[in-house]
Amino acid sequence: MARHVLSRRGLLGSLAMAGLISALPAAVFAATSAQAQTLVDKLVGEINRVIDSGKSESAMLGDFKRIFESYGDMPYIAAYALGADGRSASPAQKKAFSAAFSGYISRKYGKRFREFVGGRLEVNGAKKVKNAYQVSTTAYLRGEAPFEVTFFVGEKSGRFYNMYIEGVNMLLTERTEIGAMLDKRRGDLNAMIEDLKRAG
Amino acid sequence: MPFAKRVSRVSGIRTILVLMAGLAVSACAVPGPGEAPDGIYDPNEGANRRVHAFNKRIDSALSGGEGPGLAASVPEPLAEGVANFADTVSLPQTVMNQILQARLGRAARNTLRFSVNATVGIAGLFDVASQIGLPEDESDFGETLYVWGLPEGAYIELPVLGPATERDAVGKVVDLFTDPVSYLVPTPDRYYATGAKLADKALSRARYGETVDSVLYDSADSYAQLRMIYLQKRRFELGDESAGEEDYIDPEALDTEGF
Repeated sequence: MARHVLSRRGLLGSLAMAGLISALPAAVFAATSAQAQTLVDKLVGEINRVIDSGKSESAMLGDFKRIFESYGDMPYIAAYALGADGRSASPAQKKAFSAAFSGYISRKYGKRFREFVGGRLEVNGAKKVKNAYQVSTTAYLRGEAPFEVTFFVGEKSGRFYNMYIEGVNMLLTERTEIGAMLDKRRGDLNAMIEDLKRAG
Repeated sequence: MPFAKRVSRVSGIRTILVLMAGLAVSACAVPGPGEAPDGIYDPNEGANRRVHAFNKRIDSALSGGEGPGLAASVPEPLAEGVANFADTVSLPQTVMNQILQARLGRAARNTLRFSVNATVGIAGLFDVASQIGLPEDESDFGETLYVWGLPEGAYIELPVLGPATERDAVGKVVDLFTDPVSYLVPTPDRYYATGAKLADKALSRARYGETVDSVLYDSADSYAQLRMIYLQKRRFELGDESAGEEDYIDPEALDTEGF
């Protein structure tokens, strides 16, 4: 069922890559495409080492969380995912949400990494659009047709804040998911944060 | 096949095409102002959600619930052969659609891809063409309708087939009845083609089992999640930028104080 999206090589493979890609180094914004490629190559090597380390899954997910937090603009991603509901949140709720969210997103995408073993990512180039840099890359997964992944790096933050995997926008997708989790709890933010701690 | 019979089949195809195209024009609803926030137009959400629940039940029955199913135990080279064969037998239809889209260069490349894989690739089991610069390039009648300028219409989840738009749903029906392979290849050979396509679906489902599960079963609202992913991916495939999603997300426009 749902074959059009769910069994198509690209999307699924690309979901597997999401977390990996999110670890795009902070310095990319100032880099040429060649330097960005070197950085991404390094990063892919680093993450493959985590995958091949033979560590337990929970230890691996811990490593991925560290990578997410050092390269991604986590406050922005969390605030965007929470959307309009974030405006009425108390400072304590925002803090708790951020912490739960970064764990959630690392688990969700970290679990997909096993499907990335043996793959590679190539940087095609970077261009500036308004106040962000778009880094265009092609992902090659074993036995799959290559597909396009675009990262967005904030000019000011120097960190990655969004990506498009074959046109699928991570921020919009996660905002939909967080919104659905809130609806499930009839808008109770605290209850949703508790759910988030176990989700992904 | 006697000549007369073939001719009548071809004219049958033409009739179906004309009919379906006519239907498509009348069937694709266009959202009014404010009816499609975030680029999602889903006026039949209630019915769609019931179909979604049905599809999930089928999926969990077929994928056998927990643990790796039968399809997951198929060795990788065999699975790849099935995938390549399924792709090869779908190429004539892709070529036909690309001709209808007036994309003659791509149609020619895919014709060559078909010739290479059907011969050097041993009846389509090996994807030799990809290695000589003729990568996979699929198309379908839904894309043809897009090229012809038809509106996307409402989102719709089809039983068994999964997510679609009204335009793509029409395309799927037309594709079902206009596959050149089913007209030109005699039985039982054309059943191998159909069988390979189905087997490829099953193997892909097994291969990406965990990822599919994470969308279908771990998501707080798998219907909304699937709809979002499908629409974005399909519009990206088509190069359709008319749907009115936010096209630029400003990295500095959010108040991240406290997060």
